Amino acid sequence: MFHDLDQTGAMGGATNLVPLKLSRRQLMGSAAAGALLIGVPLASRTSTASDAAGLDTAIGGDATPSLFLALQPAGTLDFTCHRSEMGQQSWTAMAQLVVDELEGDFARLNIIQAVGHPRYGDQNTDGSRSVRYNFTRLRTAGAAMRLMLERAAAEYFGVEGDCRAQLHEVVHTPSGRRAGFGELAERAAKQPLPLLEEVTLKTPEQWRYIGKQQPSVTVPKIVRGRGTFGIDVTLPDMLYAVVARPPQVLGSTKKLDDRAALKIGGVVGTVRLPQPKTPLAYQPLGGVAVVARDTWSAIQGRKALDVEWDSGPNAKYDSASFETSLMETARQEGEVRRERGDALGALKAAGKTINADYYVPHLAQAPMEPPMATARWDGNKVECWASTQAPQAARRTVAAVCDVPEDDVTIHVTWLGGGFGRKSKADFVAEAALIAREVGKPVKVTWTREDDLQHGYLHSVSAQHLEGALDEDGVCTALLHRTVFPPIPSTFSDGADNPSAGELGLGASDNPFAVPNMRLESGRAKAHVRIGWLRSVANIYHAFAVQSFASELAHAAGKDPRDYLMSLIGSDRFVDPVSEGAEYSNYGSPLSEYPIDTARLKHVLAKATDMAQWGRSLPDGHGLGVAVHRSFLSYVATVVEVAVTKDGNLSIPGVWSAIDAGTVVNTGHTLSQLEGGTLYGLSNALYGQISAKDGVIEQSNFPGWRIMRMNEAPRAMEAHIVPSSAPPGGVGEPPTPPAAPALANALFAATGHRYRRLPILGPNASTLSRPA
Amino acid sequence: MTIKLNVNGKDIEVDAAEGTPLLWVLRDHLGLTGTKFGCGVAQCGACTVHLDGEPTRSCVLPHNAVAGRRITTIEGLEGKAADAVREAWQEVDVPQCGYCQSGQIMSAAALLERNASPSDEDIDAGMSGNLCRCATYMRIRRAIKKSASTLKTDDAS
Repeated sequence: MFHDLDQTGAMGGATNLVPLKLSRRQLMGSAAAGALLIGVPLASRTSTASDAAGLDTAIGGDATPSLFLALQPAGTLDFTCHRSEMGQQSWTAMAQLVVDELEGDFARLNIIQAVGHPRYGDQNTDGSRSVRYNFTRLRTAGAAMRLMLERAAAEYFGVEGDCRAQLHEVVHTPSGRRAGFGELAERAAKQPLPLLEEVTLKTPEQWRYIGKQQPSVTVPKIVRGRGTFGIDVTLPDMLYAVVARPPQVLGSTKKLDDRAALKIGGVVGTVRLPQPKTPLAYQPLGGVAVVARDTWSAIQGRKALDVEWDSGPNAKYDSASFETSLMETARQEGEVRRERGDALGALKAAGKTINADYYVPHLAQAPMEPPMATARWDGNKVECWASTQAPQAARRTVAAVCDVPEDDVTIHVTWLGGGFGRKSKADFVAEAALIAREVGKPVKVTWTREDDLQHGYLHSVSAQHLEGALDEDGVCTALLHRTVFPPIPSTFSDGADNPSAGELGLGASDNPFAVPNMRLESGRAKAHVRIGWLRSVANIYHAFAVQSFASELAHAAGKDPRDYLMSLIGSDRFVDPVSEGAEYSNYGSPLSEYPIDTARLKHVLAKATDMAQWGRSLPDGHGLGVAVHRSFLSYVATVVEVAVTKDGNLSIPGVWSAIDAGTVVNTGHTLSQLEGGTLYGLSNALYGQISAKDGVIEQSNFPGWRIMRMNEAPRAMEAHIVPSSAPPGGVGEPPTPPAAPALANALFAATGHRYRRLPILGPNASTLSRPA
Repeated sequence: MTIKLNVNGKDIEVDAAEGTPLLWVLRDHLGLTGTKFGCGVAQCGACTVHLDGEPTRSCVLPHNAVAGRRITTIEGLEGKAADAVREAWQEVDVPQCGYCQSGQIMSAAALLERNASPSDEDIDAGMSGNLCRCATYMRIRRAIKKSASTLKTDDAS
């Protein structure tokens, strides 16, 4: 199987080959030949006109077992995971759901990565929703298969009922007779598919794997350098390509002389890529590919290209002057997107007001594995292997860009060496398909780090202006929040410059504060680069501004920041932005199922601050800062302790973080995400910045672009999961938003200087610009 | 040009252009894809291999400069320290995406080979050349300490 390709001892010969039959097998929705599918053919498994609902109507999508499960006669359980594995441990978590209900044995599990196909329902591994979307669906599939195995066992034993599945075998309780799952597979396959109402899910007390610290299924391979990432795919006769793309978005190739490149040993040829049209969406950026016998030769060939670029319509983009214009917009009245009471009137009438402007630059997702894709054509059909978060979008993109029917495109999903939103965009997959078609051989396209940083889909730059009014007791009576940023829709629709309701719903229009007069406004901004999403998206800048400002209000009121934050959140209640004029989608789930629950928000805040021993006396130069934020239907509070020396040297002695993500499937990996997601947020806040001059991205590689290193990481971090039986929320993204404001608030506590502009250090600084 | 390399204890002839970094020879010519590409400028550590036992960035190391030297990749990494590191990495469930972890493990094993009980500062010094975008640093530190205590116990017994 694909992920099982053994790359060890593979020297000298053709290695790491992808089995040729893979695509056909996978297209058939099956696993290895000889496996017994539990289920019935696709045509007959859907609901009929009768009253009883079929498994295809399960919550979250089709739960027909054969879509995901196949039992080998020897007892191995093949599980097809339709979500991408990018470090958030979807392989392990999805398997926990299905295997638990099946009463299978994790040790007998073999995971197969699904190709991109609509039959799997949503495969867009994004938005921290793999568990949320599949929590009921995959458990239903497992439970349905368990029922079929139990019925098969009753038939096999010649008994009526009383057969119970238990850890990969079925036991007839009265007689004690037992049969293994593999032994029962063939009979089980012949059982009629249960109706949805016949399937009984376990109660949480009965869970064997769900809610436990199940170790990752990928790690045993990772520690030996096995496992196939996008960059590791190798096909027979494969060539290697890198692409020289126009430096500016929508720039084009004016003149090309590739003679010097073609003289480089190993270079096979060059391919001109088509010029994209607006809106860009997931189209490749155009330019020239250099194709060679190995990656290094391709990179050398690209260096030798003599290309003259037409700089196109974005050549005047200068992020420094853009910052000024964003800030000017943020200081002018904008479009009202949510309103409670009369914030403007209350601000005018107030005795004391404070205001503050915040700026967060463009950021790059920068997964350690840059985007990688390989393509192979067979006639008019193409197979692609890619580290993609969104294989169905990749399929549609390749079909559109190459002008072939979607059915002729197969997308194999490799492991992702990180994604963070970058690999949701399929431009890199389409590049491989276009180049391989021209070359007539399989081609792997490698993105170098320079390509990744200079030709990405950037996290949007943003400016925000906040105003607050305080009464004599320091109580906040009015809050104005104005947010301005080039919106993500600009990538998909020409000229879109108005922040979308979806982006405002990420930390702005869902503000949970109990301030009697609140007003959210947005301002327009045009995009001059491709704007995309990055782990936790607009929550990053909205949480930075709102949670920093909460601390500023506390300071102005002369109150403790934690206590003040508690009072801003106010009484236990469900917040309803819609009743206050907001267009709010709540991450695609109903507020009735996933309310904005202030009690849960306050609970994580209390927990994290207790863990940090908030209020304790600190050494000179140390400071504690806190922030709390709900995103992706989960609640996270983070406390950061900073230590600043007289010379401005900054270190982070400790971080304390608590998450309430509702029902948690894997406790160990939820803690991993809480740790990693928090550090990702701290890294962005300290160092992350992508800037542009003349439309060209100024950063190209480390060390001019910087992320957190081991010696810069917090020395200690305590992470905590709040036990909850609420429906599952997100885990991968919610840890990131509170990190930056908690850090800025800690720096204020330590130094008295308020950092409202990110990054705090940037790529080069080793000391704070305004030390204690 | 044909060069004779010693990789994971085996002598092997490689035909790659002069100056081709060892990283691409390992990956594209020898099929040893456990060693990863992350930056190409010796700044991220994903390409770390051992050269005569010393952790080395293979992405800027011309392969023709290391003919006859002992090259070890993640696939061929063996020994007490390596075993302890792999075991600790699994027990602590260190990796997230795993892409940088070959390099992390190569650096950690080398650190423990020369310093069986590294302090926090030793870990900073030994591991700061290996970037992890998933930011698994808290667990890497924990796993290195766990490996060290395993090695100590083994030595005592």
